[in-house]
Amino acid sequence: MASGLNKKVRKKPVGKMIIMGIVSIALYAELLLNQDVINSNFGKGGMYAFLPIITAFVFSYFHGTFTGSFWTVLGIEAAKKKKEVK
Amino acid sequence: MPDVVGALTNFVDLDVMKIAYLFFVGFVGGLVSGFIGSGGAFVLTPAMMSMGVPGLVAVASNMCHKFPKALVGAIKRAKYGQVDVKLGLVLGVSAEAGVLYGAHIQESIKKTFGDAGSNLYVSAAFVVILAIVGGFVLRDALKTYKSGNTSEEEKVTKLAKWVQSVNIPGTMVYFKSLNTRISVLFTIPLGFATGMLAATIAVGGFVGVPSMIYVLGAPSLMASATELVIAFVMGMGGSFKFALHGLVDIRLAMIILAGSLFGIQLGAIGTTYVKPFIIKLVMGVIMVIVLFSRALMVPVYLSQLGLIQPLSEGIITLLKNTSFVIMILALFSGAFIVIKSMWSGLMAERKMSKEVLKHGEV
Repeated sequence: MASGLNKKVRKKPVGKMIIMGIVSIALYAELLLNQDVINSNFGKGGMYAFLPIITAFVFSYFHGTFTGSFWTVLGIEAAKKKKEVK
Repeated sequence: MPDVVGALTNFVDLDVMKIAYLFFVGFVGGLVSGFIGSGGAFVLTPAMMSMGVPGLVAVASNMCHKFPKALVGAIKRAKYGQVDVKLGLVLGVSAEAGVLYGAHIQESIKKTFGDAGSNLYVSAAFVVILAIVGGFVLRDALKTYKSGNTSEEEKVTKLAKWVQSVNIPGTMVYFKSLNTRISVLFTIPLGFATGMLAATIAVGGFVGVPSMIYVLGAPSLMASATELVIAFVMGMGGSFKFALHGLVDIRLAMIILAGSLFGIQLGAIGTTYVKPFIIKLVMGVIMVIVLFSRALMVPVYLSQLGLIQPLSEGIITLLKNTSFVIMILALFSGAFIVIKSMWSGLMAERKMSKEVLKHGEV
């Protein structure tokens, strides 16, 4: 148990959250400020179909890492002792 | 499918209110998906359509937010050891075939019976499947709750024991979630059905998760986590298919994703605090409430098809609005149970940690 408690005091990923947050905001700003250009290209179909798929992967990496560290920084983390639920 | 030029003119203008609305519904949908492996789509698609987004663009954009969301959720839950990647991929591939077949059926129905016929088919599928599967899942969750043995290991059903006992040489594969080898001849139809349902009502997980639990014998936690892998495989294939026709509105998809990635992380964390029957409870509650929502729409489509006496405009509007509100209620009821169970688990753990610290000081 003591080792579990020691783990609890590990450093929170504040830096990671800030960097990923900034990248996420930049991506969303880019998307919303250039809606016309983006819509006209992404809606072309055919080989352009790769554009929305790649975009989805890029956003999920940066925004996904940001949201993950966001909850960790807030102190909302997975249960330490899952087995005790049984 | 409509041509590309037609789709382009159908990309709606976005204002702050619409963005905030999609972000919020995305968050709640993500929370539920992180917890039970699916959900949210049944509210998101009609929510987009209520903003003036054409049906196909709404379905395509929803799918394009679903697969990156499922990926993030699956990675998170894999860290907790809850994901059976092999089972997810095997079911995912056959689900992809189910999606294609389901979409083909939808198109034929639309051609023969028009929009009202297609809507009636979707609603009837919702009502019949949710009544059978949802009723069964909810009954099982409530039975466990009433028995007072909520902490007990989940029992493998008789059907799953039989499935696990069948040995068909050349088709046997080991799956870690089942801790045994089963024939892929059982997984293929289940995956196919999941895909067909996803193509019909947008939420394949309503068949995928219960079938992994009750037919294959996987624990609820692993079944709901593995569903995220299936959703990723199915969602990516489906999104690409829609994108080939230029139907994905990437702005809508990414805005919903913005909210849903906050939600899915939280939902995934929530699974580590709850007892397995809570997963079944959330799923059963959502399914049964959605069933009522869709059942209300059946008379509307029947009257449009001329199968019953025509309904007045006022009654149709009332039924449509009530149905939408009940659907939102379904999603929020699920989200409420997730947050409540997670909060009690979190508080209990913090209390325990404090007590341990106190004893340590003494």
